Amino acid sequence: MDAEAWRIIWFTLAVALASTALILAPAVALAWMLARREWRGKSLVETIVSLPLVLPPVAVGLLLLKLLGRRGIVGGFLHDTFALDIVFTWKAVLIALAVMSFPLAVRGARLAFEEVNPRLEQVARTLGATRWRVFWTITLPLGWRGIMGGALLAFARALGEFGATILVAGNIPGHTTTLSLAIYRNVELGNDDAAFRFMLWSVIFAFATVWTSELFFARRRRLA
Amino acid sequence: MNLRLRRIHLPLSAFALELDLSITCRATGIFGASGAGKTSLLDLVAGLRRPESAYIELDGEIFTDTERRIAVPPHRRRIGYVPQDGALFPHLTVRENLRYGFDLIPVDGRRISFEQVTRVLEIEALLDRRIDFLSGGEKRRVACGRALLAQPRLLLLDEPLAGLDGGLKSRFMPYLLRLRDEFEIPILYVTHEAGELVELCEEVVIIDRGRCIAQGAVADLFVERMERRHELRSPAKPEL
Repeated sequence: MDAEAWRIIWFTLAVALASTALILAPAVALAWMLARREWRGKSLVETIVSLPLVLPPVAVGLLLLKLLGRRGIVGGFLHDTFALDIVFTWKAVLIALAVMSFPLAVRGARLAFEEVNPRLEQVARTLGATRWRVFWTITLPLGWRGIMGGALLAFARALGEFGATILVAGNIPGHTTTLSLAIYRNVELGNDDAAFRFMLWSVIFAFATVWTSELFFARRRRLA
Repeated sequence: MNLRLRRIHLPLSAFALELDLSITCRATGIFGASGAGKTSLLDLVAGLRRPESAYIELDGEIFTDTERRIAVPPHRRRIGYVPQDGALFPHLTVRENLRYGFDLIPVDGRRISFEQVTRVLEIEALLDRRIDFLSGGEKRRVACGRALLAQPRLLLLDEPLAGLDGGLKSRFMPYLLRLRDEFEIPILYVTHEAGELVELCEEVVIIDRGRCIAQGAVADLFVERMERRHELRSPAKPEL
């Protein structure tokens, strides 16, 4: 394994971790809104959030490219105001991973919140706790295993993302190449050994992550 | 105590809860068959459900007035609520459960002390246990204690004896009597067992399919019948 290979592995882990950290709080907040409140447009938001699960990843990538490119609404604004370019940088990788794994984090947290007996939250209210306090002292501690399980699945999804990333961030060695992009490049170039090594790393990471998330979910089921 | 419930209208699945009554006794029973709307009534008083229309007032303070769009949130009503299964917080110890509301009350507002509650309910030995290691009767005592320690102005007990077997029931009743006499907090006691009412309550409100069909002294509505029939089998309704 050369330095470049290690770099790719570290970059993949770091950017997947960053994307999970980035989406965790919004995912938990949205999951709570979906599990506990009734509001107009709820099913629409639910559908939009789930779209990355079923859309072709390249379609999401294309959409992000149009949005974040210099001539896109968001990208144009960022370029003109902050001289900030997103597309074909590590920031584009981060955003692609975040968008693609967001639905999994929301789903995990939502299921976790739905499993918390609302009666417990109601009793906590009668004991003098505000809604905010109830969330921090009852809902979140009782749901955290499910939230963690969902976050780990989101992390696993981010580790393996390919289609959206390659469109919006390209496959620029030393800049935006992740594990899955490296596999693709090496297969294309005929470096089967290198491709195989990267594939093994992917399997190791995916296995460890999904297995850990299953532990969280299983323990939650036992408690419930 | 003076709890006034006026023009209550809360649609339930098969009928609507429709009430208009005042409750003034120290211990009042809410009696009726399962599904008659008793728990919904407690939820309304605690502020946990939104009625279509209601005016709810406790000792001069308006809790709910749908006409004037008043709805005091549950955490500011200071109503102690012990739901049917106790609803103890499973991730906390007994002590942490008991302190949940207590710690939110300023020190000078704590009329009922931690020691007093644990002594009267005899739960001192359980304080460091986890909830899953409590028996059914212990759980209910802890749930009562937790509600009391939040220094409530009114205590709502939802079938606190339901699910306990005969022996446990008779052992639990003395705790309820002590709770009523030691802490001087008015109680609304929901049940479908007439025997419990006779022991604990002075007045009773009988609810059937969402409506109050009788209100009066327990002695008038139940004791005579019980003497006549030895035991009133719930959920039979007294003839009125």
